[in-house]
Amino acid sequence: MSEAPILSVDKLSMRFGGIVAVNELSFSAARRSITALIGPNGAGKTTVFNCITGFYKPTSGAMQLTHDDGKTIRLERLNDFRISKQAKVARTFQNIRLFPGMTALENLMVAQHNALMLASGLTFLGLIGAPSWRAAEARAIDLAQVWLKRIGLLERADDAAGNLPYGDQRRLEIARAMCTEPALLCLDEPAAGLNARESAALSELLLSIRSEQGTSILLIEHDMSVVMEISDHVVVMDHGVKIAEGTPQHVRDDPKVIAAYLGADEQEAIAVMESGT
Amino acid sequence: MSAPLPASAPASRAPGAALIFKNAAISALVALVLFSLMIGVRTEAGPDGQLTYWTRFGELATVVALVFGGSIIVELLRQWWGPASETKIIPPSVQNGLAVAGRWIGPVLLVFAILIPVIFYNERYLLDLSILVLTYVMLGWGLNVVVGLAGLLDLGYVAFYAVGAYSYALLATNFGLSFWICLPLAGILAAFCGVLLGFPVLRLRGDYLAIVTLAFGEIIRLVLINWQSLTGGPNGVTGIPRPTLFGIPLTPADDGLAALLRIEFSPTHRIVFLFYLILALALITNWVTIRLRRLPIGRAWEALREDEVACRALGINTTTTKLTAFATGAMFGGFAGAFFATRQGFISPESFTFHESALVLAIVVLGGMGSQLGVVLAAIAMIGGFELFRGLDQYRMLVFGLAMVLLMIWRPRGLIGHRAPTVFLEKNQAISSDLVKEGHG
Repeated sequence: MSEAPILSVDKLSMRFGGIVAVNELSFSAARRSITALIGPNGAGKTTVFNCITGFYKPTSGAMQLTHDDGKTIRLERLNDFRISKQAKVARTFQNIRLFPGMTALENLMVAQHNALMLASGLTFLGLIGAPSWRAAEARAIDLAQVWLKRIGLLERADDAAGNLPYGDQRRLEIARAMCTEPALLCLDEPAAGLNARESAALSELLLSIRSEQGTSILLIEHDMSVVMEISDHVVVMDHGVKIAEGTPQHVRDDPKVIAAYLGADEQEAIAVMESGT
Repeated sequence: MSAPLPASAPASRAPGAALIFKNAAISALVALVLFSLMIGVRTEAGPDGQLTYWTRFGELATVVALVFGGSIIVELLRQWWGPASETKIIPPSVQNGLAVAGRWIGPVLLVFAILIPVIFYNERYLLDLSILVLTYVMLGWGLNVVVGLAGLLDLGYVAFYAVGAYSYALLATNFGLSFWICLPLAGILAAFCGVLLGFPVLRLRGDYLAIVTLAFGEIIRLVLINWQSLTGGPNGVTGIPRPTLFGIPLTPADDGLAALLRIEFSPTHRIVFLFYLILALALITNWVTIRLRRLPIGRAWEALREDEVACRALGINTTTTKLTAFATGAMFGGFAGAFFATRQGFISPESFTFHESALVLAIVVLGGMGSQLGVVLAAIAMIGGFELFRGLDQYRMLVFGLAMVLLMIWRPRGLIGHRAPTVFLEKNQAISSDLVKEGHG
């Protein structure tokens, strides 16, 4: 197994016209660990995410992903669906993007599209109902069931995703991303809108994903209790640049971080300070 | 959660008499302005060609008074009825009955369709009408893949129908190929056209996609009109061979089917054969579509309709997924086109106008996007209804348009709006149409 960090971002910049959203950002995410990307609103966190997951093409900079077998992939050279298909980077969205008119189970089946396409012989084997396809489909349903069980939604498997409560939808989106069997899971504010109990359940789920699946996690989060509890490493951004980096305890006491939060949003800065006491 | 609203508040809901009169007065004023020239003044050419006119204020007053009174009656009816909701209009017992009927209507329709030539053997008109309905059912099922499942609005579907028809007509008349060889070729050529259309339009969404597909339909039609040396231009292609029953022609000749079976020849034999041919083609379309829905490609189509960005994040190649949807829909359109050509024996660009695209799209939308049974019901209602109102002469389109408006008010998401899941663990429950997205192209 490779010891190199799963993701290393080197001097990543992203400009939109005259606006510099991300300016020469460099950081790395260690393998089998949880890296948090925090910062005040408008710091450029989601832009970094969109660059990593191929939704934006960065203006300059390099992003290198190293798989467990040592294979390296330059993310800035891939685009669109290939990031997920070849680089095995999965993501969730700040505003939940499930398929609301499809059931929870169907959502998880769509996530296994590429594996199932191969198993169905690019549809032709599936059309004639070949036994190999039937077996592959049964395995896919089993995997979906495993994940539904882990997020506690097994009995709601046949309900439309759009009918599920908000917190369940958040967890279902994470399960859907995990069904693509990713090497790196990128979560954009997974705890947004969750109550304290749901946040705690989420932390548990993320920790179990790291320990059981060995999936590395990169997350953007505003809920400091979640960040402080589960992160192994925290990167703090403000105005498109990195202002601090280190363990949760380290960045929490960093005056630059506190100032950035105070300057941008008083309440969040207080939350940072209070979460340490 | 917000506090529950008071259970009933008729006083706050019902507008007072003053408001009703005000609304009625506004309606009457609009009617007065509209009809003052249309009804109030009658013009005619006099004996020497000069303009003569006279006023008809009495009739005008009657119409305005009718609008005023009608507006009040409608408002009162609305108050008496209460807020419109499905549960109120249709009692639960009837809804349960409908659900039971819904399970059986498909098989019953299928058995009925198989028996149509037996029951109506001597009714040539009804047989022809059923063939027409089945052709549109097949076209609707084909377009359903593109519009209903993948959520790509296609206003030029008739182009693939035309490509299929001309493929068969030209291959059969120029090279003497039989219908059974030409049928797959027509489908493949139409699918190729679908890919051809798909490539440039993949980045377009919604209205823009609709306009480009509309243009594609027109381009195909204009090419057919102007490429005289190949397609015969506006004169079309004549003398297209009739289909044979695996090489046995359905003619009164000595080697015809009637002679072989030692039965008396009747032109109805061919009609019955054509009926079963289109029934088989339509059922194949249906079977393939139902299978595809349960395969990863079908789920990807529906996912694409629900959320394209999420699809990309899950590693689904949206380009090829859209292309396959276009190609599959086009292929079925091509099959239907080949059938159309062999049935008519003559085709011209006039058969492939935008009107046909609109009709097929109306069938898909009216039936409920993505619903196979809905397309059948809508095709019967549209094509059959068209014939039913034939006695009304010039008012036919008026009645027909009104019926469509009422139907879309009653069921805005089509006759069968809910979606059946493609896979389930325990209970196969339909998904409400409120949750299912229409797609943005």
